[in-house]
Amino acid sequence: MILKKQPSSILLKDGLILDPYVKKTYKGSILLKNGKIDKILKQDYPQDATVFDCKDKVITHGFCDVHVHFREPGREDKETLETGCNAALSGGFTRVCVMPNTDPPLDSPESIRFIIEKSKNLPVHVHPIGAITKSQEGRVITEMGGMIKAGAVAFSDDGIPVSNGQVFRLACDYASMFGVPTINHAEDPCIRRDGVMHEGTVSAELGFTGNPDIAESSMINRDLEISQLTGVHLHVPHVSALKSIEHIRKRLELNQNITAEVTPHHLYFNHESIRSFDTSFKVAPPLRTEKDRLGLIKALKEGIISCIATDHAPHTIEEKEADFNEAPFGMIGLESCFGSVYKVLKNEMNLLEIIKLLTVNPRKVMSFETDLFKKGVEAEITILDPNREWIFGLDYIKSKSRNSPFIGESLLGMVNGCFSKGNYFFLS
Amino acid sequence: MLSNRHLLGLKNYPSQDIQTIIDTAFQFKEVLDRPIKKVPSLQGQTIVNLFFENSTRTRISFELAQKRLSADMVNFSGSGSSLKKGESLKDTVQNLAAMKIDAVIMRHSVPGTPVQLTKFIDAVVINAGDGTHEHPTQAILDMVSLQEKFGSLKGLKIGIVGDMLHSRVARSNIFGLTTMGAHVKLCAPPTLLPSDLGGFPVNISYSLDEIIDWADSLIILRLQLERMGQTLIPSVREYRSFFGVTSERMKKHGKPLVIMHPGPMNRGIEIDSDVADSNQAIILNQVLNGVASRMAILYLLLSKKNSEESDRDEQKLK
Ligand SMILES: [Zn+2]
Repeated sequence: MILKKQPSSILLKDGLILDPYVKKTYKGSILLKNGKIDKILKQDYPQDATVFDCKDKVITHGFCDVHVHFREPGREDKETLETGCNAALSGGFTRVCVMPNTDPPLDSPESIRFIIEKSKNLPVHVHPIGAITKSQEGRVITEMGGMIKAGAVAFSDDGIPVSNGQVFRLACDYASMFGVPTINHAEDPCIRRDGVMHEGTVSAELGFTGNPDIAESSMINRDLEISQLTGVHLHVPHVSALKSIEHIRKRLELNQNITAEVTPHHLYFNHESIRSFDTSFKVAPPLRTEKDRLGLIKALKEGIISCIATDHAPHTIEEKEADFNEAPFGMIGLESCFGSVYKVLKNEMNLLEIIKLLTVNPRKVMSFETDLFKKGVEAEITILDPNREWIFGLDYIKSKSRNSPFIGESLLGMVNGCFSKGNYFFLS
Repeated sequence: MLSNRHLLGLKNYPSQDIQTIIDTAFQFKEVLDRPIKKVPSLQGQTIVNLFFENSTRTRISFELAQKRLSADMVNFSGSGSSLKKGESLKDTVQNLAAMKIDAVIMRHSVPGTPVQLTKFIDAVVINAGDGTHEHPTQAILDMVSLQEKFGSLKGLKIGIVGDMLHSRVARSNIFGLTTMGAHVKLCAPPTLLPSDLGGFPVNISYSLDEIIDWADSLIILRLQLERMGQTLIPSVREYRSFFGVTSERMKKHGKPLVIMHPGPMNRGIEIDSDVADSNQAIILNQVLNGVASRMAILYLLLSKKNSEESDRDEQKLK
């Protein structure tokens, strides 16, 4: 992936334009002027534009990931804002929300400003999510107002559940006045204990401490009740269990202000993968049963879960080469996202619906602009070859870390280009 | 001789291989009865006993088996020594690999570490207990002891009593025994059993008396109070009254059950001294069979390599 500066006039020529905002797919070309959408046209192409041949390719909105971990500040050996943005871009993402569990955590207006400053000139839009509690200790709520002014778009102690229900209630009460979402990593710590994988047949056989699905679903249920009480917009991250989906479904029927996301790895793998004892499958919440996995796909089809978020979580190879109990939780996911998701969902939903899960829907969660092909909007465009089969491997990883369970997997659908913040890459 | 290069666990392990190991163990048991208890089978082979977790019995049993087979061996115990949290499993093990060894006997507190080891090192790996996952050599010696007593494993009814949740011995025995055609029932409170036993071909009973009436033999598991870290049983007193193999209970049944225990025993908790020391118990046979079984396993996994290499040498000479 070689990143270049965008020429002043660009023609994305003869592609299949897939606009998830107006929900239409049609053949055509897009003209960009000075980094902005100028017009969509089918003929009378301008002579001076730099042409990118998009024949047999899909031109769509740049993807948006509302859940990534870029480890800066503190663990720049795992990822930096810059390497994280490269990983995002190569996966077709032009906009990401970074979680605050850095070292120190993003729990003050100053730390939010640090992220905004540091990412200003990077080729991807980076939005910090502020911590819910100071030092992510789960006790005292943060200066949310000041953090929003500085650029925070949501609040979460992700990585660590807010286990004290009263603290989470206060946080939701307070956040509700700003109209931003709260996000809780829902795993009841008492029920989860030191579980390293899903509690079920496989954990029983392998002798690992299990983390049962009710650790997630019971806390999600608590959070949904708190959201109803406070009126806050609750966004449920990385839903992994069928039982959690049932709770969310009931609340959506009551028209509650809630959204939910699922990761590519929970859509793609189940707990049987742990039989290899490969620590790249160790993640929180854990990979669950095939029934849960199929339930997640069904929840996407029914709109109960409206977006896909990678929970991109880089870790060094040294940390991941430990024994299974000691290895950290988490896997990278930006680069392999589309290829894995499209492979799993291809026979379940049409391409337009799948693209919405990566574009319009996550942008709605964070109240970002969703009508991206409107004249004058800054270009955030991703070019895809949905029919391309490829084997994911180290060559495709732009992240500083390599902890991907997708290495060696055959994926379907490849990102061929991205136009974002005045930069672009394009593979012809 | 055996279809797998390593012995990592008994899940999906072929029955004919288990039978080969058992039969070979009986041959080595004869060797152990001789005045000179040593054979040259593994001369020139180097084995590392890699014990990251304290163990006296299993390590001594392996060491003795290696000495009887004339192998060269090195002991490495990880706990409290050079192995710090900072050094990865891979680093430690690759250091060992650089020393050109033929086999590693590995004991570790975390499930799957012997499997991970096979990816880092080119040597035969034998699992000497990985956390609460498997302990295949213990199950083999239990099966040797049972076959010695009953003549065959097929159709035998075995009750496994106690803390199955934390027991690698139970897991390996369940897989091994059922593969060999024995029937297994577990007896423990639900808090000491995995929540989902779907992967195990076993039945459960919460009544020890019912198990005693049914079984030909009991494998009694150690109550691993040190592993629990939380209250999984209300008290030792209550556990003993429901799941303890007490002399009173055994007298009441008056049945000549064969009693086994992988050791170390908590006398007076899961088993009474009277029972452990009675004629019914074959706990000391288990120890002797342990050496013979491990000799059989080492011989079958390593001497094959010997013959291959000598074949190659012979070819070179021609
Ligand atoms: Zn999380």
